[in-house]
Amino acid sequence: MATASTEIKVTPEIAAEHGVTREEYERIQQILGRDPNITELGIFSVMWSEHCSYKSSKVHLKRLPTRGKLVVQGPGENAGVVDIGDGLVAAFKIESHNHPSYVEPFQGATTGVGGILRDIFTMGARPIAVLDSLRFGEIRSGEQRMAGGTQRTSGLEAAANRRILDGVIRGIAHYGNCFGVPTIGGEVAFEPCYSQNPLVNALALGIARKEEIFLAKARGVGNPVIYVGAKTGRDGIHGASLLASAEFTEASQQKRPNVQVGDPFMEKLLLEACLEAMRTGAIVAIQDMGAAGLTCSTVEMASRGGTGIEIDLAKVPQRETGMTPYEIMLSESQERMLLVAEKGREREVLAVFKRWGLDAVVVGRVTEGGLAVVKDHGRTAAQIPAHPLAEEGPVYSRPLAPPAPRSESETDWFRFAPEGTDLTRNLRELLASPAVASKRWITEQYDTSVRTNTLAGPGASDAAVVRIKESERDTPGGKVTRALALSTDGNGRWCQLDPRLGAMHAVAEAARNVAASGARPIAATNCLNFGSPEKPEVMWQFSEAIDGIAEACMALGTPITGGNVSFYNETLGKSIYPTPIIGVLGVLDDSSRVLKIAFRNEGDVILLLDGGAQSVPSSEARNFSLLAQEFSSSEYSKTIGHLVAGEPPAIDLAAEKRLIDCLVALAAGGCLESAHDLSEGGLAVALAESCFAATAAESGDGAAALGATVMLDSSGPAEFVLFSECGARAVVSAPASRLAAVQATARQYQVAAREIGKVIRNGALRIQYGGRWVIESPLEPLRDAWANSLERTLTAK
Amino acid sequence: MKFGVVVFPGSNCDHDAFYAIGSVLHQPVEFIWHQSQDLAQADAIVLPGGFSYGDYLRTGAIARFSPVMKSVEKFARSGGLVLGICNGFQTLCEAGLLPGAMMRNSGLRFICRHVRIRVEETDTPFTSAARRGQILKIPIAHSDGCYTAGESTLAELERNRQILFRYTTPDGINDAAGNPNGSMHNIAGICNSQRNVAGLMPHPERAVELALGSADGLVIFQSIVEALVGAAKATA
Repeated sequence: MATASTEIKVTPEIAAEHGVTREEYERIQQILGRDPNITELGIFSVMWSEHCSYKSSKVHLKRLPTRGKLVVQGPGENAGVVDIGDGLVAAFKIESHNHPSYVEPFQGATTGVGGILRDIFTMGARPIAVLDSLRFGEIRSGEQRMAGGTQRTSGLEAAANRRILDGVIRGIAHYGNCFGVPTIGGEVAFEPCYSQNPLVNALALGIARKEEIFLAKARGVGNPVIYVGAKTGRDGIHGASLLASAEFTEASQQKRPNVQVGDPFMEKLLLEACLEAMRTGAIVAIQDMGAAGLTCSTVEMASRGGTGIEIDLAKVPQRETGMTPYEIMLSESQERMLLVAEKGREREVLAVFKRWGLDAVVVGRVTEGGLAVVKDHGRTAAQIPAHPLAEEGPVYSRPLAPPAPRSESETDWFRFAPEGTDLTRNLRELLASPAVASKRWITEQYDTSVRTNTLAGPGASDAAVVRIKESERDTPGGKVTRALALSTDGNGRWCQLDPRLGAMHAVAEAARNVAASGARPIAATNCLNFGSPEKPEVMWQFSEAIDGIAEACMALGTPITGGNVSFYNETLGKSIYPTPIIGVLGVLDDSSRVLKIAFRNEGDVILLLDGGAQSVPSSEARNFSLLAQEFSSSEYSKTIGHLVAGEPPAIDLAAEKRLIDCLVALAAGGCLESAHDLSEGGLAVALAESCFAATAAESGDGAAALGATVMLDSSGPAEFVLFSECGARAVVSAPASRLAAVQATARQYQVAAREIGKVIRNGALRIQYGGRWVIESPLEPLRDAWANSLERTLTAK
Repeated sequence: MKFGVVVFPGSNCDHDAFYAIGSVLHQPVEFIWHQSQDLAQADAIVLPGGFSYGDYLRTGAIARFSPVMKSVEKFARSGGLVLGICNGFQTLCEAGLLPGAMMRNSGLRFICRHVRIRVEETDTPFTSAARRGQILKIPIAHSDGCYTAGESTLAELERNRQILFRYTTPDGINDAAGNPNGSMHNIAGICNSQRNVAGLMPHPERAVELALGSADGLVIFQSIVEALVGAAKATA
């Protein structure tokens, strides 16, 4: 295929090899009024691939809320853009690079990061942060019970998963570190279903002045089209259509030549040169060459601008000799850009790229009439109407079908342990589980402090926080004190059990994390990782998840500004858990008010904020078997009970909103010393982490570490009270002198603020419940389990 | 008085150094392009961190041949102050302006975290504002930071008191336990025998405000400012 010449006669069979169905082929013939040649077929096949055309997801994506008064640019451009005040905007977007990261973990991950960074600076924004949401198969051998059987992870499989993780982490680190953008957050989770289909979702955030935002719309007939950046090679041909738009089989390793290779140094030069070129005012439009390379960039720019475009492949800088038009158009070589400049100002633009040592060549021009014309040494290699190609591709309303209902009963659910169970030991085991344990071993491989804006790096706060320094020199008279907070979240296990509820939790948790850093959540981006859209059950999961996201985003005031859909996440016919990942962006008006999770001072009061205390019946009023059903989906159930079942916790979006507003108000008022939301592992884990973070923040001057003594007075099983993952809750601490202010603010937002304990300098965590010390341990063994177990697991031979 | 921050293709801490000097210390500062041989009359040159020329081949190995380095070498040999940070330190070693070389970290991974370094000597323009024995909390971010030199070079560095910073623990007691990358003699930073050229792997420009977790790096830039002010007074 890769050596095909333009002389090959296209047949429906060859079209089928390109993943083009018979109906789609007929549509192509209709648009062209003739049979396509092989280059044209290649172009249609990538443009109409699932990855580029969203043909299966489009009808559902329409249901997402995308508008808001702060949204400057919604979905459809390279990235979403929101107004963050003072004439500044933030561009941000999350994108997947799952399949390449399985085939070749290091390069798959690097090019994932490279692609999303280009999306951001293509908009004219300088990237200031990257987050990565990662999912891997289990990295420890073992088994867990689930509806439908037991899932085992063998030692060999666990070792393979560790190798994939290692490659992915090195790849992310390599690209971001060299490019010079801090990688400051994200999350990592492990489930057996990701064993042969890891998820690598990269989110990038950039800053620009509002009037400097660039769009990818070709304008001005006669304007030159300029190719800049790396030379085009044969790498990554059909990356979008073959790798990203088909499921995996045992032969997938043979797809390695389809994985692109990243060069962060080249991208760094491209960034600086593009931003400098944009400042000349001579650039009309710009589009990066990502998935589907030169094809996608030319066609989309023309389609969006309502113009035509003509390029000559003989002028395209090439790394290899003898490349056919088919190969040049479909290559996914990285670190390339296509831009449209103002006629007569080419020289200015070319000079900027020359200064940065980059190839920049006029390869064509904007034309009238809406045709995308590809010439090759004077011959026409392809001629396609741009708009129908880009916008009138196939759209499928694929059949939906809920999976067969899980027939579970009380006997399938978690059995709360009798009194006398060693909950301290279980807490230690939970803290050591890969999902809960500190990710320090991973995040220390990322440069988290370059650009000197990082106010809260990995693990310091519930969200990653960067200040906005860029603008200071441009803002006359005033210092911008704003900061941005970002969090990515998504619980695949919960989405597997209930995709709608699980997706709502993903939005709520990301927004809650942002609020727990003190920032007001304003917008969201999503990366939707699912199995094959050709399976009705998967489409049902997708549709449910969309409805869940839509409802939660509406309720929490965070419109979706962009993102990406990744289907066909399955290997040997088995789908991953439906895994929508949500990234929420928040604004902190005063960057000195960042909330972190660490307890700060001896004697501070610890409070449990609960936005739901007003509406959800407390645990004593709820039926025991319901508690068990809900608890069966928790991290505790998975780690300690080796059981995944039941339902995700019920969600109350109004309660989530109350808690979010309350946290933002408390942060703005400077009332709190620390804040940490309750998520994986519930209250006990949140308390432990606030202690551990305090230890890390102190310089180890010999005094005992800050610990906590907590007394709980609700009823129900101790395991539920300590480890339940019900939403809308956070643990905060405040000095006694500000207790009244905290409680007054909480009342104002109808959030319960229960005093549950004190920060004590005794180097211990003690939790009393039902008159018993159910957790009682020096911090050090707990901290050691939490801080070092991931490293021990990952560096095990 | 003016600072010059060199910009190599692939430098990515150039803006951070510029910000620390210009916006935090309020000193005049200018970028110097790698193809320029004109140092813009700067009185102190900073070679910033990053991945100059992609660091293909070896860290700093290509940067040392860039046009600007000819002028930097001349400037250094005539007594001008040159500070290399991270990739800048690697480049100074490659250029022969500082002895020794940098190898991969002993753990073979990139490491980014706050470390503690102890100020060993204060009779240099880079450390004069610090206290001898002062412990600084400064981040590192590198994969090739394992300082390596031959026995005789190390002995000479020790004898001439050219080791300016050593990795250590927060209490300053256990240097080996505080060594993140396997550097010989726990070396985090050194100067040349004339004491006008210095390099260190940690990033002082990332530790200039408490909001970033530490302001301990300021003392290095303040030392340079004091040295330059002193020199200006002496010639006035």
